Amino acid sequence: MFGDLAVLFFSCVLINNILLIQYLGNCPFLGTSKKMETATGMAMAVVFVLVLAGIITWLVELYVLVPFNLKYLRTMAFILVIAALVQFVEMFLKKSIPALYTGLGIYLPLITTNCAVLGVCLINIQEEYNFFQMLISSFAYSAGFGLALVLFAGVRERILLARTPRPFQDTAIGLVTAGMLSLTFFAFKGWV
Amino acid sequence: MAKTLVQEFTKGLWAEIPPFRLVLGLCPTLAITNTLENAYGMGVAVTFVLTFSNILISALRKIIPPKVRIVAFIVVIATFVIVVELVMQAYTYALFLKLGIFIPLIVVNCIPMGRAEAFASKNGMVRSALDGLGLGLGYTIALSVLATFRQVIATGAITIYETPISLFGPAFEPFRFLVEAPGAFICLGLMLGLMNILGKK
Repeated sequence: MFGDLAVLFFSCVLINNILLIQYLGNCPFLGTSKKMETATGMAMAVVFVLVLAGIITWLVELYVLVPFNLKYLRTMAFILVIAALVQFVEMFLKKSIPALYTGLGIYLPLITTNCAVLGVCLINIQEEYNFFQMLISSFAYSAGFGLALVLFAGVRERILLARTPRPFQDTAIGLVTAGMLSLTFFAFKGWV
Repeated sequence: MAKTLVQEFTKGLWAEIPPFRLVLGLCPTLAITNTLENAYGMGVAVTFVLTFSNILISALRKIIPPKVRIVAFIVVIATFVIVVELVMQAYTYALFLKLGIFIPLIVVNCIPMGRAEAFASKNGMVRSALDGLGLGLGYTIALSVLATFRQVIATGAITIYETPISLFGPAFEPFRFLVEAPGAFICLGLMLGLMNILGKK
């Protein structure tokens, strides 16, 4: 039991890294990785929202969509739950934990359209995880997202100092660098 | 300066072709350009969603209150995504399985959302329809070009419909790297660089 969950955790963080191996959430990956501060802000916001969204969408699937035979509405139900959740979390943090709110700042609303969040919620359902597996996978995927984002931001700050050919500046060289980073994560394949 | 209707359509094919000029919708671009069939299947699905969501949002643009517009856009886009999902499940089941999670994820693809916000909520129905059709077609072409390159170099074969067709015979040494995850990033990066060279004014 415990061993299985540990295996699931490491495979979600490293082997099936959400950004670099499963290609989800690439728009914020390229958008917020130019500075280390924005990268850590985004990473924290994703961990926070994804764990909550994972729990709520899992409950919605189990207690609303399946009993009422509405599985075909899953996509719409999940995206609305995530949008509402993000809005709610934003209001809640603003009122009760202002320090965290200013820390996460503008990254919270951006999460609604982050495909990693919706993607992981859908993966949780497709793989038919039970509650604990769902919890581990949500946390591990978002931790993997944060890990890759922070690593990439560190590399990208160095690239700014390097002399890149003009057509390759900014996004193009960023993608090639992400490829190199992806190669290192690729090496974990066959580890479990 | 108002654009003519033809220009609204053709801008999506070169001047604003996603994902190269408008760097949006990267996740499916990376994930499903491993075979040509996946690429144009995805392209057609996105074109459908984009065109119809543009038309509907443009028709409703005076009714939707500005404060809840994002949620309203999401509901419209999600409706058409569900339509595509069900149609593909019924008629092209093999492709549906291959694209997998990336069909529901069209909802959070930045392209339909971005066009709804930037174009359809400000323009008439005909213009919005042409805008959606043009950008969707541009996206399909871009995905297909990328997929052709990746699949031919990586496997020496090309999938036009269901079965791969071998191009170079048995002597070809496949370069598997390009269809794996790192190859996807590097290919797209090089392609973006190439587009920047070509489009330099």
